[in-house]
Amino acid sequence: MLVKNGLIVEDNWVAVADDAAIPDDRPAIVPLDRWRRERAAFEDRNAPLGVRLASDDTLDDIADVLHGIDLIALEFPAFTDGRSYSTARLLRERHGYTGELRAVGQILRDQVQFMARCGFDSFELPDDAGAEDWAAGQSDIAVFYQPAADARPAAAALRQR
Amino acid sequence: MYRYDSYDTQLVAERVSQFRGQVARRLDGSLSEDEFRPLRLLNGLYLQLHAYMLRVAIPYGTLSSDQMRMLAHIARRYDKGYGHFTTRQNIQFNWTKLEDAPDILMDLAKVEMHAIQTSGNTIRNTTADPFAGVAADEIEDPRITCEIIRQWSTLHPEFSFLPRKFKIAVTGARQDRAAVKVHDIGLAMRRNETGDVGYEVMVGGGQGRTPMIAKTIRDFLPKEHLLSYLEAILRVYNLAGRRDNKYKARIKILVHETGVASFRDQVEAEWLALRGTGPDLDPAEVARIAAFFEPPAYEPVDPTGYRAMLFEDRAFADWVKANVAPHKQTGYAIASISLKPEGEAPGDATADQMDAVARLADRFSLGEIRVTHEQNLVLPHLRESDLYELWQGLRAHGLATANIGLIGDIIACPGLDYCGLATTRSIPVAQRISRLFANLDRQHDIGELRLKISGCINACGHHHVGHIGILGVDRKGEEYYQITLGGRADEDAAIGKIIGPAFASEDVVDAVETIVHTYLGLRRDGERFVDTYERVGRPPFKEALYDAR
Amino acid sequence: MTQHIVTANLLGKGQVVYLTWDGGWSEQVAESFIGSGEEENSWLLGIATRAAEARIVVDPYLIEVTERNGAAWPVQHRERIRATGPTVAYAPPEPRGTLRRVA
Repeated sequence: MLVKNGLIVEDNWVAVADDAAIPDDRPAIVPLDRWRRERAAFEDRNAPLGVRLASDDTLDDIADVLHGIDLIALEFPAFTDGRSYSTARLLRERHGYTGELRAVGQILRDQVQFMARCGFDSFELPDDAGAEDWAAGQSDIAVFYQPAADARPAAAALRQR
Repeated sequence: MYRYDSYDTQLVAERVSQFRGQVARRLDGSLSEDEFRPLRLLNGLYLQLHAYMLRVAIPYGTLSSDQMRMLAHIARRYDKGYGHFTTRQNIQFNWTKLEDAPDILMDLAKVEMHAIQTSGNTIRNTTADPFAGVAADEIEDPRITCEIIRQWSTLHPEFSFLPRKFKIAVTGARQDRAAVKVHDIGLAMRRNETGDVGYEVMVGGGQGRTPMIAKTIRDFLPKEHLLSYLEAILRVYNLAGRRDNKYKARIKILVHETGVASFRDQVEAEWLALRGTGPDLDPAEVARIAAFFEPPAYEPVDPTGYRAMLFEDRAFADWVKANVAPHKQTGYAIASISLKPEGEAPGDATADQMDAVARLADRFSLGEIRVTHEQNLVLPHLRESDLYELWQGLRAHGLATANIGLIGDIIACPGLDYCGLATTRSIPVAQRISRLFANLDRQHDIGELRLKISGCINACGHHHVGHIGILGVDRKGEEYYQITLGGRADEDAAIGKIIGPAFASEDVVDAVETIVHTYLGLRRDGERFVDTYERVGRPPFKEALYDAR
Repeated sequence: MTQHIVTANLLGKGQVVYLTWDGGWSEQVAESFIGSGEEENSWLLGIATRAAEARIVVDPYLIEVTERNGAAWPVQHRERIRATGPTVAYAPPEPRGTLRRVA
């Protein structure tokens, strides 16, 4: 199940395992390693392409070709592993990535707002999650002390108006 | 001190509401304990040895009398009538209930307090010199910096799930009363050649299993770049800090394993990309915050009368000698309130004592109180002419022990009497040492001696930086205590060295007596314990402790 | 054969409790049900885990005990303190003996 823009939506993307065939008529997400190995093959691809990064993957290889990637899935192997929050911000703020940024793996409803502020726009929920509550999780707190990857103004900026 | 505006108030209120929802979901089963635990910790609620323990943030150790009264109320209403002030300038309530926690946070919010990020792998309370704003040797009040960091780090979306906890301390004076060199980031305010104020940035200090002194990665950072530089450090740490081993996850390990130069390069590279686009504050916002820390309009004070009392009342004179420090304003003084009465648990205060301190603060200290990382309190705005009356007021509540910085001023973690992580008890050792050295004349003769006790290797008692440090270790179910010497928490920070094999519980207090006796026999004119130790080293102490056996 | 009991904390209130013979929870370690052997211990832990799932307790675990006057007494120092409370008096006493509470 997927939460995107505060709503529960269908997931059109297919997560492709390392050895499986990559469908060329549907949006597909491939792991970074596979993308590196088969990059050339994707150049002619018409259907949207997504890349999945593990929490210890760096952006070195994909930073220059982000325009060709329609979705980036960043993994959270445990909800205590916060690396992908930084990776998300770098993608948005340093590299200007404008495609879909998806949080996958072990994530908690109460982390969704932090993730949204770091630039994530979709969240893959665990199967038994209460989706409505997850969708609401993005608006728990309405005051932000610091700027992040989202457009919400920080308190300091609001104070000076 | 800083006062909340509508944004601050709203954030804390929303946070309380969010936590109330999280507790409800835990109690109705929608959240498992595994899912709830990190959320509970983000609000400072631990499940400790006997009960839930709530750690309330006291930002940079500054409290108003109203806030102190609320802490007293919480101690009475939700706890067993007392609280414990910690080595990070916070307060802990040992006997709270999960089901009460949302109401406690709601009460705290009424006085602009919270428990946000006092636990968890987040940026914790940024601590400062307890004499901030009133010390004569200050370059600038470090609390302005601390408040800026507090806001930036609160609910920071990128840094709420770090490899491990993160602690920042700031000193505004050359003499470091904030122990910045044993923090993950230590900031020391400095002036450059043109007289501008900025920070020396030090990274990778810490205690615990692998104590380390922080390394300087930048000699001078202009003030206006503070937050972007911190963000660069945190980002490098968040991405590269170890996540495979809890005991190797602090930034000190990353700096050590990467090498200072390489680490600095990574930070500087990240910062180069961040500055100009990052979180650095507008000068107007900095000025808004700084205005809250303007010195009060001190009234001119008649200095006569006070000095006469020093001759008339010996007990008062002892108290002034140990507990009163010079103030930057003539005719004023800073007084420390010792929470180390003879034979008691260091750092504890009853609700009645908290109320008494609040009343005395209102009467004598412009309503302001400080908490020190040595588990004492401070009244920072006292007229010298009021000191005698203040002292009498403190005495009536068991708050006038004249032992600040002396051997009776023991720092101890709660230890195995309270803490789920501890391996041994620390409070009983503190009590026994305190009783042995109860005689004040003896304490004054011994002079400055900072004795710190930790009940386990996590070192919350800061034993690594004690002049005498004591670490409790478990030996086949028996409590043993390892002694270190020569640690220092100030600008000449040093990690204490182990003196020899650990002592059994029944022997450790005698060992401390032997160490003191050895020092007294060797010291030269004016030498404090730590000076003598520096001159003679370990050998005479080792000999005295172990050769006779 | 070593003997064990199950201990936990009450979820909402936080007190230390021990699993009793009737599947209840008591604050008195002497009232705990003593299990011997792996099978019995697993069974006790299973009961406790279900109580955790039912949101009565949190973080149950087994601790080793000996018998003292027919009742369980923890072997580990830490668990003894957990059973009896802090070994130090709470809070500094006020002068004139006003406020002093003991475990």
